[in-house]
Amino acid sequence: MWDYSDKVKDYFFNPKNAGALVEANAVGEVGAISCGDALKLMLKVDPETEVIQDARFQTFGCGSAIASSSALTDMIIGKTLQEAITITNQDIADFLGGLPPEKMHCSVMGYEALQAAIANFRGEEWHDDHEEGALVCKCFGVDEGMIERAVRMNKLTTIEQITDYTKAGGGCLTCFDKLEEVLAKVNAELVAEGILAAHEAYSLGAADAAEIKAKAKAKKDAEREAAPPTSPLAPASPLPPPSAGMTNLKKMRLIEEAIEELRPYLKKDGGDCELIDVDGNNVMVSLTGACTGCQMASVTVSGIQERLIAKLGVPVRVVPVKSHVH
Amino acid sequence: MRPVYLDNNATTRVDPAVVEAMLPFFTEQFGNPSSIHSFGASVGQSVKKARQQLQQLLGAEHDHEIIYTASGTEADNTAILSTLEAMPGRNEIITSAVEHPAVLALCQHLEKSGRAKVHYIGVDSLGRLDLEAYRSALSDKVALVTLMWANNETGTIFPIEALAELAKEVGALFHTDAVQAVGKVPIVLKGSAIDMLSLSGHKLHAPKGIGALYVKRGARFKPLLRGGHQERGRRAGTENTPGIVGLGKAAELAITHMADEQTRVKELRDRLEKAILQRVPNCFVNGDVRERLPNTTNIAFEYVEGEAILLHLTRQGIAASSGSACTSGSLEPSHVMRAMNVPFTAAHGSIRFSLSRDNVPEDVDQVIEALPKILENLRELSPFWAGANKGPTEFKPVYA
Repeated sequence: MWDYSDKVKDYFFNPKNAGALVEANAVGEVGAISCGDALKLMLKVDPETEVIQDARFQTFGCGSAIASSSALTDMIIGKTLQEAITITNQDIADFLGGLPPEKMHCSVMGYEALQAAIANFRGEEWHDDHEEGALVCKCFGVDEGMIERAVRMNKLTTIEQITDYTKAGGGCLTCFDKLEEVLAKVNAELVAEGILAAHEAYSLGAADAAEIKAKAKAKKDAEREAAPPTSPLAPASPLPPPSAGMTNLKKMRLIEEAIEELRPYLKKDGGDCELIDVDGNNVMVSLTGACTGCQMASVTVSGIQERLIAKLGVPVRVVPVKSHVH
Repeated sequence: MRPVYLDNNATTRVDPAVVEAMLPFFTEQFGNPSSIHSFGASVGQSVKKARQQLQQLLGAEHDHEIIYTASGTEADNTAILSTLEAMPGRNEIITSAVEHPAVLALCQHLEKSGRAKVHYIGVDSLGRLDLEAYRSALSDKVALVTLMWANNETGTIFPIEALAELAKEVGALFHTDAVQAVGKVPIVLKGSAIDMLSLSGHKLHAPKGIGALYVKRGARFKPLLRGGHQERGRRAGTENTPGIVGLGKAAELAITHMADEQTRVKELRDRLEKAILQRVPNCFVNGDVRERLPNTTNIAFEYVEGEAILLHLTRQGIAASSGSACTSGSLEPSHVMRAMNVPFTAAHGSIRFSLSRDNVPEDVDQVIEALPKILENLRELSPFWAGANKGPTEFKPVYA
């Protein structure tokens, strides 16, 4: 699991300012459920002084998305809109004592919701970055404008960082060339403005798409496999011993009995079942009538198998075989 | 706080009896089984005994059909690469869209590097294999069919024996990744059309770092690792004797506990699942509830995100896992959820609980007690959920 700061955990487990704000006069809604996170930010702004008197949020998302949203509300209550509008996603992350790089997009979502809410209050259409320029990452619907802004505001210098901050490139990465181009362009601007050292700037061709994908994939696989640390648990209560040393005859009889018990139910559905042979743990049966249809047959077989295991106390496998010629 | 471990499809606790069986092989029984002297000979005997224990668990005809590997992943890789080499004139592989990355990633690599043409057979919304697509992909160009016995995320079981019969008809080899199935469902390889089967020790209460590949006698085979005569020249490298002995012991224990998995563990799972479905609104089970491992349930909770649920569960001492994007930082829900076309509203909130024989009724009680409140609190935070209506909202973000 992620190594979240104590402050992130605190804002996640005890979120402040959660829920709907009935008297809100500024609302910002960003994100989408298909992307795995969405945020509705509601503000109550004093129309005279433009001071944010109250702020609430509703978030669909992971731990850091909820923490970022809640932190944002705490950061802006009491501020004027003029002050609030200067808050960047990095400010949100800093306030939380940092976020894992892969989770920076959660703070970006907070930033965007705030911009959208302020525009909403002012009766403006917020020009969200997603509508500026061409759509670059089709997997996550990220446009050139948003990538440019993320690179500029956070001084990003690698493709992986762009993915961490905006999600762009986190899917198929067919947008690699475009990401590279934007990154190199904005980095060059930052160098010219004296914000970034020349040796830090990204140069075209420095990254390899296949390598990035392989790395992301390896990481994903590792995470999926990884298990939380375990502590020894109390051992399960011992089972009644399986009917060890059961004679074949007795086993056969039990199997016959179990199948006889099941037949009336099968017949009711227009089918039937016949014991053909027992070989070790394989119980060969033939299914007839309505039982032979593919999907139903597998249900029937597993039903019979369950019944036999319960009755014998030992694992057996029921194998449907073609019935004798009738 | 009592720790509750319900992530046994990720890994299991090593059984104390397994640890005990292994310990002498770190100390006095340190010999190399290939050595002629007495230090090696007795170890060689133990390696053979473990092979027989595995043979019994798998219902295999011969003990030498078992090849020890370092993991389930190695077994999968060996099976696939061996077949491509051993079946000249055939260069197609059939697999499914929901396989474990150990199979899927290798197949994608082989495809990209032009070494094989791969058919990825899809599944329906319950995770059941598209049999029509499977049949039509089969041809005399197919070298290997590799399909998992049971899915690690949902527990859905494929009808492996029948699928193997179909592969046999076109002369293809059939391999199954049975890492999640071995020890949980009865398996009888003797007399089946299955040519190869992979298993992993740490999924059945043996340690990590040991696995096995079953190769039916007579099936064409080319080793992955060369450089020694171990495993009859089929897998070079000095044997991991403590691991092998541990795996053998775990196999023996799995046989005695199989009925427990099928009855008591299954009942615990069913009780957990039923209680959650009853107490938590807007959730459903992912996968095929009929043809399923007895220990696994994968439940999709709508309008909340999986990592948030896991964080709350973790705080209450409960370990489970999620196919959600945010847990892994991969941004997309798991390939299994996508293949099943689980709606995004639910795929992001899917939680897998996987039990084992170590679990007791109190474990399940603890989850049933904790989960409804966690879901209620998280949905309270969600813009997609209206607490008062106890149902979803019309929320559609303006800027999406």
